[in-house]
Amino acid sequence: MTSATPVSAAPDAPARPSPTVPAAAPAPTGRRSARRRELGACGVLMTPFFVLLVTVFLIPVGTAVYLSFFSDDQPGLGFGPERTVFAGLRNYSAVLTDPTFLGGLGIVALYCLVYIPLMVIGALALALLLDSGVVRLRGTAQLALFLPHAVPGIIAALIWLYLYTPGISPVIELLGKADITVDFLGVHTVLPSIVNIALWSNLGYNMVVFYAALQAVPREVIEAAVVDGAGPVRTALRVKAPLVRSSIVMVAMFTLIFALQLFTEPMLLSQSTPMINSRFSPSMYIYDAAFTRNNYGLAAAASVVLLLCTIALSYGVTRWTNRANAAEEDTR
Amino acid sequence: MSTSTAPRTAASLRPRLLGRSVVNLVVGISVLYTLLPVLWLVLAASRDRDALFSSSVLSLTDFSFVQNMKDLFAMDGGLYGRWYGNSLLYAVLGAALGALISIACGYAFDKYRFPHKEKMFGLVLAAVMVPQTVLALPLYLMASGTGLVNTFWAVFIPVLFNPFGVYLGRIFSQGYVPDEVLEAARMDGAGELTAYVRVALRMLGPGLVTVFLFQLTAIWNNFFLPMVMLSDQDLYPVSLGLYSWNSSASVSPEYYPVVIMGSLLAVVPLILAFALLQRFWRSGLTAGAVK
Repeated sequence: MTSATPVSAAPDAPARPSPTVPAAAPAPTGRRSARRRELGACGVLMTPFFVLLVTVFLIPVGTAVYLSFFSDDQPGLGFGPERTVFAGLRNYSAVLTDPTFLGGLGIVALYCLVYIPLMVIGALALALLLDSGVVRLRGTAQLALFLPHAVPGIIAALIWLYLYTPGISPVIELLGKADITVDFLGVHTVLPSIVNIALWSNLGYNMVVFYAALQAVPREVIEAAVVDGAGPVRTALRVKAPLVRSSIVMVAMFTLIFALQLFTEPMLLSQSTPMINSRFSPSMYIYDAAFTRNNYGLAAAASVVLLLCTIALSYGVTRWTNRANAAEEDTR
Repeated sequence: MSTSTAPRTAASLRPRLLGRSVVNLVVGISVLYTLLPVLWLVLAASRDRDALFSSSVLSLTDFSFVQNMKDLFAMDGGLYGRWYGNSLLYAVLGAALGALISIACGYAFDKYRFPHKEKMFGLVLAAVMVPQTVLALPLYLMASGTGLVNTFWAVFIPVLFNPFGVYLGRIFSQGYVPDEVLEAARMDGAGELTAYVRVALRMLGPGLVTVFLFQLTAIWNNFFLPMVMLSDQDLYPVSLGLYSWNSSASVSPEYYPVVIMGSLLAVVPLILAFALLQRFWRSGLTAGAVK
């Protein structure tokens, strides 16, 4: 299990060089034993984490990949000995030709396209507004905006589910008084409703991240822009925003990674609306395949596909920002 | 957060009344957007079931906060109290232990040289982006293979793993623990591990609290893993428990008030943690964001 750590367990190092040892002492051995002690300590500090890394990360990922190439043949009614047979790429072709899985991928793609720009632009805009110095009660506003981060995802989904439910929701009642009827869980509104839950949960958190980064922008840079005649809007968009580019990339990346795992919100909403089926998103598909249909090979193949999509998109974002950075350097 | 936005130049001093009111309006609307649903939760928790369904949440009659609280803890033989205890156990113990493990590893990545260091760090970073749903099935199979499925450990062990904490630990170690201090500790004859526990860990305190908070939030939010691992309701965390009660609510509406009250109580610990530990996590966010 501990093979992931390159260093062995702490070796005994009795030759502890004390400061009183004369400088003429055999330096090479002293240095070598000090080095050995360092590696030993390093091993002790790193081993717990790497044991976890191997057991709850590497082995499971390996198992998922392995399982995706096998399938269970259940003779008869599922009684009798189960045989696991090598299936080659059969699971993958099954997943990739399954319209419910592809539909789920499409929904998550649409969700990302709507949610990520709204989140990044909204959080950045709020951070820039709060940083502009004209907002009253700035500290209070920040805490209020941050509050939803302390609300667990499932509870955020519960709150909004009730706010979407006719008969309970004051929102629907108010809209009703203005003769507007909205079905928040209808066929075209269910995805925006999910986007809204995610946005509500994470907007304030990402705003605080951007705000923290903006605080680190040197004040002289901004003063210089103002002296050059840039108005507050221009300063915010042309000077401040580009200077926090690295945190924009980080927020976009994390938002993307979590958006691709879309599970909790639709899972909860599916209890109340037929518009969300049990394979609404890839993660729900995996759950359904593994624990409802007990088709481990199919679930594993879908997991690997989702993992590859995540890696490809993250890599794409990194490459794209690196190139954008390089282009920016060239124009200077 | 208390930066003085001193007047920058005469130009920006000129009162731009329109601009100011638009900015304050936008921020005000955003604040309402984030606050009102929570306010609704508080109000709805103090309504009895009939008032809840007549949408008259905003009226101040039929106040039954205490009764709802009693109902919540009496429902299904006091299951909610059990879930709450479980969640606290998973989250507080898991986050404390997980933060110690991650910080120690991040510190070692920062302070020591060893072969393939950056490759291993790359592996840690890669682990951040692997979806939990990908790991769930293999973890379930491993847990059922070792007989741990449907036990405390099936949920507790995987949540200890926090690769982002290692990343933060390395950054904090760079920022907070000067090499000279460690050198001085070594000169005084302290062993490497003594130097870590006695000297470095104390300087890493704010970082430790930040990682703890991140992980506390993540574990308190955890829903997918318990759902996969647990079938015994007595082991559920609050999130999964409320989910199962909510699914019963469509059949038996007496669950609605307890789900709402239960949601309200489940929000309290994280708000308390964030409020009490404010000055730590703010610095942590900066470290993660500026890097």
